[in-house]
Amino acid sequence: MTEKHKHVADNHSKKTAKSSGTDDSGNATNAADAPAPAEDTAAAVSLDTAGGAMGPSAVPVSAQSGTLPGGPDTLLRKIFTGSGMVSLLAVLLALVLGGLLIASTDERVGATATYLFARPTDFLLAVWNAATGSYVALFQGSVFNPRGNTAAAQFAPFMETLTIATPLITAGLGVALAFRAGLFNIGAQGQIIMAGILAAWVGFALHLPLGLHLLLVLAAGVIGGAIWGGLVGYLKARTGAHEVILTIMFNYIALYFLRYLLNTPAFQRPGETNPISPILDPTAVYPQILGTQYRLHLGFILAIAATVLVWWLLNRSTIGFEFRAVGANPKAALTAGINVPRATILVMALAGALAGMSGVAQVAGTEKVLTDGVAATYGFDAITVALLGRSTPWGTFAAGLLFGAFRAGAVQMQIQTGTPIDIVLVVQSLIVLFIAAPPLVRALFGLNPRRKKTATAGKSTAAAITGGAA
Amino acid sequence: MSTTTTAPRPGTPQPGSTRIQGSSAKPVTWKIPILLAALGLVAFVFFGLMGPNQTAKFGISSAGDFFQLPVIEVPAFLAGIVLSVVLLGLAGYAVYLKTKSQHVPRWLPIAFIVVFVVAFLIWLVGGARTPNISLAGLIAGSVTLAVPLVFGSLSGVLCERVGVVNIAIEGQLLGGAFTAAIVASITKNPFVGLLAAAVAGALVSVVLALFSIKYLVNQIIVGVVLNVLVSGLTGFMFSTVMQADPEQFNSPDRLPIVDIPVLSSIPLIGPILFRQSVVGYLMYIAVIVVWIGLFKTKWGLRVRAVGEHPEAADTLGIKVNATRFWNVTLGGAVAGIGGSFFTLVAIDSFTKEISGGRGFIALAALIFGRWNPIGAFFAALLFGFADNLQSIVTIIGTPVPSQFMAMLPYLVTVLAVAGLVGRSRPPAASGIPYVKG
Repeated sequence: MTEKHKHVADNHSKKTAKSSGTDDSGNATNAADAPAPAEDTAAAVSLDTAGGAMGPSAVPVSAQSGTLPGGPDTLLRKIFTGSGMVSLLAVLLALVLGGLLIASTDERVGATATYLFARPTDFLLAVWNAATGSYVALFQGSVFNPRGNTAAAQFAPFMETLTIATPLITAGLGVALAFRAGLFNIGAQGQIIMAGILAAWVGFALHLPLGLHLLLVLAAGVIGGAIWGGLVGYLKARTGAHEVILTIMFNYIALYFLRYLLNTPAFQRPGETNPISPILDPTAVYPQILGTQYRLHLGFILAIAATVLVWWLLNRSTIGFEFRAVGANPKAALTAGINVPRATILVMALAGALAGMSGVAQVAGTEKVLTDGVAATYGFDAITVALLGRSTPWGTFAAGLLFGAFRAGAVQMQIQTGTPIDIVLVVQSLIVLFIAAPPLVRALFGLNPRRKKTATAGKSTAAAITGGAA
Repeated sequence: MSTTTTAPRPGTPQPGSTRIQGSSAKPVTWKIPILLAALGLVAFVFFGLMGPNQTAKFGISSAGDFFQLPVIEVPAFLAGIVLSVVLLGLAGYAVYLKTKSQHVPRWLPIAFIVVFVVAFLIWLVGGARTPNISLAGLIAGSVTLAVPLVFGSLSGVLCERVGVVNIAIEGQLLGGAFTAAIVASITKNPFVGLLAAAVAGALVSVVLALFSIKYLVNQIIVGVVLNVLVSGLTGFMFSTVMQADPEQFNSPDRLPIVDIPVLSSIPLIGPILFRQSVVGYLMYIAVIVVWIGLFKTKWGLRVRAVGEHPEAADTLGIKVNATRFWNVTLGGAVAGIGGSFFTLVAIDSFTKEISGGRGFIALAALIFGRWNPIGAFFAALLFGFADNLQSIVTIIGTPVPSQFMAMLPYLVTVLAVAGLVGRSRPPAASGIPYVKG
């Protein structure tokens, strides 16, 4: 695409995107009667046809491109009502609610509650101790353990956090990338599994020299994920089937396929009746980058590289621009001459490839074998990671680190305080729920700037989170 | 935005394709005839030519039946040939209709599916090590396994018909299962547990409704997140409360099986219709009530209007968002009752993730059943049948790995949404929040 063309398309998509919020259903019904704009006329259509006749928008243009919505408000107001503040408050609120849940099942809290009215301070202290006790253990298990003998042991939890964050980041990037193109990729789970299958097979069945073997494992995994994701994109582009349903179904198909394979001689470890594959060759696994005392492996470096790559792709490349245009308004993108079916297939394949990197990180980095729990719940967590990261590459990276810390710390928390790991799921999902509904968070903290605008605010944030998928 | 409906909307050009999918006058396509012909050929080659040379035996009567019917013995090879020829004939008729530019009648694909399933079953049993199964047990088991699926898909019907996508069926089932177990254990009364399950499902739905209707959060996001939230909450409570004192908190009495005297002794249909738990009977009632409610009452007309064209409904004075809110809540209650099946009927305790992804199969049944309560019911039965076959094939030892049987519902759904098996059209406004003005 030439520079000029790009500029025209940019204006174009923004203009139409503006109207999509309010006039949406109207558009849909009109389009039902009229034939779809043919592709060949698209180039001839001038700039005004798409945007001209339509009303002003509820969705600010800035929200479409993923940057924070700015306005005439003062800086202070912006800080307190901006999305960064909302994210922070959402995390805080989720942690408080999680703490209350922990406290509600605590024995000491239950004991003090029986004489609540006689000495309420006992009760409140018990609540505080139960919640903070768990969270301190969570922190010590995920970031810094002061009781470690050496500096290495003290930072071991943080290394564990990075290890667990690795698959979360890459799979989250896959989900985020699809979000930006207006697609809900619920299928990271299946893509991780397919990638894991291929990568593991190359890892234990082929015996190749050092270097080449690992490269091939990585390639096999990435291609496996890309095919599984691209297939969804293809079906969507060709038949119009909705990607949410397709990806959910593909997750289960992949899972049962994996379970089948693990019962076949080709994948089952010789002499083993459990569904577990042989251990991958030493030449096929990621090297541990900070020495053998940590599990942290090369996959983390690759995750950083993937983040940079996705950032470049989305913000600096033509194809990324096309993705965002399709996400903002597929009709406008089509009119602007963007090949929407091709973009759909490509973005799903890329999303699958990124999720595939998670699969490789699992089999070649952390686990070194293939079991039917290869994807754990990383594929589903990736959705919350992408949502928390507002579908931006570095936001997803940070969200991946946060949820990685939750996961790593939760293990320690369960050992130390007996609080079940499931609390992480609760906190995680509450965070995403609150972040998705800023008016609710603002109302709870009494920060609602303009009451009448709540509806609009909700809408624009939804678009900002998913980058147009909402 | 218009791109976030659950499935293709014929009539609206899809973002992914420039081709029009046809509105009222849908062009006759080659899709169905070709698919049927391909499946017919597969049946002819596998079930017919390569069919097993054994006799498959199907027991129809169970021991306590009213009167005994003889065991049906089917020579598998011959039956495979005959049935696959019938399938090819049906496919040929579809091709013939296509050449005449006529639509394939609705009964044809259904008849094709039925014959195909029968041929498949005979092939499966004929090729087994012990070619002998109880048909009565198979069907009764399928219905039992389908109960939560039916409730789940009814919940989906109620929500999607009013324009709210319900991905949270899984969460509603799980919430219902958990609450049923804990309340029934504490009160020592499974019927209170059943009621509590409905309330729990409704509560999950209220969150879905609140976030998607009031705060306009994308419905798919809320649904996905709610599933995680319920899974986390129930898992947490299970580990802390239930496991600490399973006697008090996790030992619900089962709901009694109500046996209607004489009628339940009719072979085949007796156990299915007249020897069920309360939840089982409720299932039949719910399907009929929802169907009549949606298609024969003023309420249903309004609900469907809100789901298809909220602006028009609003113009006529229907409170769009209130209708949506109450319908979604009702849907949650229905799914909650379905969830109680796991802990009050199937087994008598709760474990983590007891619903095991059945909420998503229910979602699949909803789509395969074309957003219609009756259709969803039969789709759920089919998926329950596949689920039941999965455990049976491992027992009698057939050539098909059980994992592929488990995969079947999902594969069928992919085919359904990809438009290969007829048209699956969701309500037009499904997934789109409504903002007045």
